[in-house]
Amino acid sequence: MSLATFKGGVHPPDSKKATESLPIVDARVPERVVLPMAQHIGAPAKPVVAVGDMVKKGQMVGEAQGAVSAHVHASISGKVVAVGNFLSPSGISVPSVVIESDGLDEWVDGLSGRDDYMTMNPVELRRIVRAAGIVGLGGATFPTGVKIEPDKTKKIKYALLNGAECEPYLTADARLMEEHPDEVIEGLKIIMAILRVTEGYVGIEANKLRALEKMAEESGRVYCELVTETYYDRSGFETEVPKGCKMSISVVPLEVKYPQGSEKHLIKSVLGLEVPPGHLPMDVGVVVHNVGTAAAIYHAVKSGRPLIDRIVTVTGPGIKEPRNMRVRIGTLFSDIIEQCGGLTENTAKVLMGGPMMGVAQTDLMVPVVKGTSGIVALTGAEAGVFDMGPCIRCGRCVEACPMGLNPGLLGQLIEKGRFEEAKDYGLLDCFECGSCSFACPSGRSMVQLAKWAKRELARKKQKA
Amino acid sequence: MDTPAKTPKDVSAGDARLRASVGPHISSGESVEHIMWTVSAALLPAAALSVYYFGVHSLLVMAVSIGSAVAFEALAQRMAGQKVAVSDGSGFLTGLLLAMNLPAGVPLYLPVVGSAVAIIITKQLFGGLGFNIFNPALIGRAFLLASWPRYMTTWPVPHDSLSLASVDATTAATPLAILKEEGYARLLEHFASRYDMYTQMILGHRGGALGEVSAIALLFGAAYLLYKGYITWHIPVSFIFTVGALTWIFGGDPVLAVFSGGLILGAFFMATDYVTAPMLKKGQVAFGVGCGALTVLIRLKGGYPEGVCYAILLMNCFTPLLDRAFRPSKFGAAGAKVKV
Repeated sequence: MSLATFKGGVHPPDSKKATESLPIVDARVPERVVLPMAQHIGAPAKPVVAVGDMVKKGQMVGEAQGAVSAHVHASISGKVVAVGNFLSPSGISVPSVVIESDGLDEWVDGLSGRDDYMTMNPVELRRIVRAAGIVGLGGATFPTGVKIEPDKTKKIKYALLNGAECEPYLTADARLMEEHPDEVIEGLKIIMAILRVTEGYVGIEANKLRALEKMAEESGRVYCELVTETYYDRSGFETEVPKGCKMSISVVPLEVKYPQGSEKHLIKSVLGLEVPPGHLPMDVGVVVHNVGTAAAIYHAVKSGRPLIDRIVTVTGPGIKEPRNMRVRIGTLFSDIIEQCGGLTENTAKVLMGGPMMGVAQTDLMVPVVKGTSGIVALTGAEAGVFDMGPCIRCGRCVEACPMGLNPGLLGQLIEKGRFEEAKDYGLLDCFECGSCSFACPSGRSMVQLAKWAKRELARKKQKA
Repeated sequence: MDTPAKTPKDVSAGDARLRASVGPHISSGESVEHIMWTVSAALLPAAALSVYYFGVHSLLVMAVSIGSAVAFEALAQRMAGQKVAVSDGSGFLTGLLLAMNLPAGVPLYLPVVGSAVAIIITKQLFGGLGFNIFNPALIGRAFLLASWPRYMTTWPVPHDSLSLASVDATTAATPLAILKEEGYARLLEHFASRYDMYTQMILGHRGGALGEVSAIALLFGAAYLLYKGYITWHIPVSFIFTVGALTWIFGGDPVLAVFSGGLILGAFFMATDYVTAPMLKKGQVAFGVGCGALTVLIRLKGGYPEGVCYAILLMNCFTPLLDRAFRPSKFGAAGAKVKV
């Protein structure tokens, strides 16, 4: 049987050996944390604490602003020592709250969880998720509260969890699924209860055998959960209990191929549905969440605790002792790297995220944020800053592009400043996965060109 | 927002060790150099066999052709103020391909002139690697054929065994020339049987350019390139199939048509040139069919016995159009198709 997959993509070496069998360990509680107000897509949160304030773990320090935004919570207890602009791993300085630990690591009062989540009103569940400041933990960091409240006119049929983890080196999701499959599956059940869907799927790349096994075992325990006395529809109105309403979750092994974990490609692989260009998964009746996000949702509902930590894979040939760690949001990279034995002499690049789409850091005094799935240190040999040669039109990028674009042609158009033409050839469909540049024998950075052209187009649009 | 409250510990000048660039931060490791040298290596069996058949003079033709191509490439790049990049092997490959298209007995200034036309005019003046419209080696050959038709159509007879002697004084017309001038029946008379003719064609015991004579040696190299994925079947198969099919339709001998002249060399090593052929698979099939149709047209109705070179050059003109006509199908363009 061939595994579920999509067309295009590349096969980088998965490089997961170093950490795939290492259990998740708790990182040291940091002495200070830097909490950026912009750790998510959308409007930055607004600081609600001032210098000198004492805060407890789990206390809100930044309040969501507008429709697409997320709260930020203190990840340690202590004193607010600064509110101002600090460098974030995205490469720019953003408003942040800095907390110095009081060494007590105390939770804020009044957190309480719910066990009856399968019978709760979806509106109430959504309120809990929003209050917990959860965002997409796969790296896209879209506020989860917004995602689980899709447009009322859209019929949602499937809830899909992304356990593909197609980026080389990263093993955080694999470890989570292997060690805590219950948290992930319960999280998915909550998502399904919120969206009122009965079909749930988890897509996992076939190189994570243990995770597949554990998740399949766990999902087998899911049965008719939705049957209850009071039944609410997605909008929170009481309605009749649907007949024969049975919840089922399938775990789907996927071909090991990058970018299997791209939202649209995961949907294609698992469900055979194609999200048309310019549309969202909900337009084909699907909502996708990362497995880590599902676990965070579970914790928020079950224990009432907001998102204050996440699993980070600290690895790469530049890290002396690679690890999978549960890290408090706001812990500095330098602190985490030190706990992993430090960097080797020949380290040339430190990335937030994997080597395909990760962001190269210029400074290690940046905090782990909600979207930090990994800290990957590459050494001289692998850390290419590639010399960009001319396009020889070999077509490898065309074969690699999962969006069905001609990246070589796009790159040449952009180099000549023909942005509008590039747009006609589908520039805006490009999600910068880097498959083209990976495959390119001329070391051409089509991703960089695409980023530049998109920015120029946006600027022009703004002016007009 | 309060004024930025930075404590000294928060201010860092950055880590000087760290490099920054946009992802991806790893690559497949494939390089232009590697591709060019591999294609050159794939021509090695045919090149070696040409030395066996035509003696050391063919080695000289190759050496002069390659040497001058590389020299012109370096010169042109220096004059244009570009980085001299002859180590990428593309100049070497052009020189080798040009030599493969020449008769073994040509005076040695011919490959020099051919290389100059190929490298300076066809390639570098159009912008260098990646920007030329026409296949450089083929333009070089076409230029030489137009300028020195006698030399370019005088084909030494292949030796029966390795000989250090210079090119054989006796010459033979190519099978295609005999076919054109005297007809199929007279061509057959040159061989013991039809089967013998096919065998001679495939093994390469016949008059022809250096690289054309042995189909089997060329196919050996081509198989390696196909296996490595450096070329795909789309252009060569559609090209060769079209030639065979059209020749058969017009009453010719399809086997002879496929294995004679420069078809195998052209279809696998010239028409597949990345720079001058379409990027998309569908476009490549159309390109191959066009090359095949033009080849047959020239062979049957044109003034020349062989048409592979001009067919490819003419189709090179259509490459930009084919790239526009056959775009890849965009993800999601098909809309939502429910499977479950």
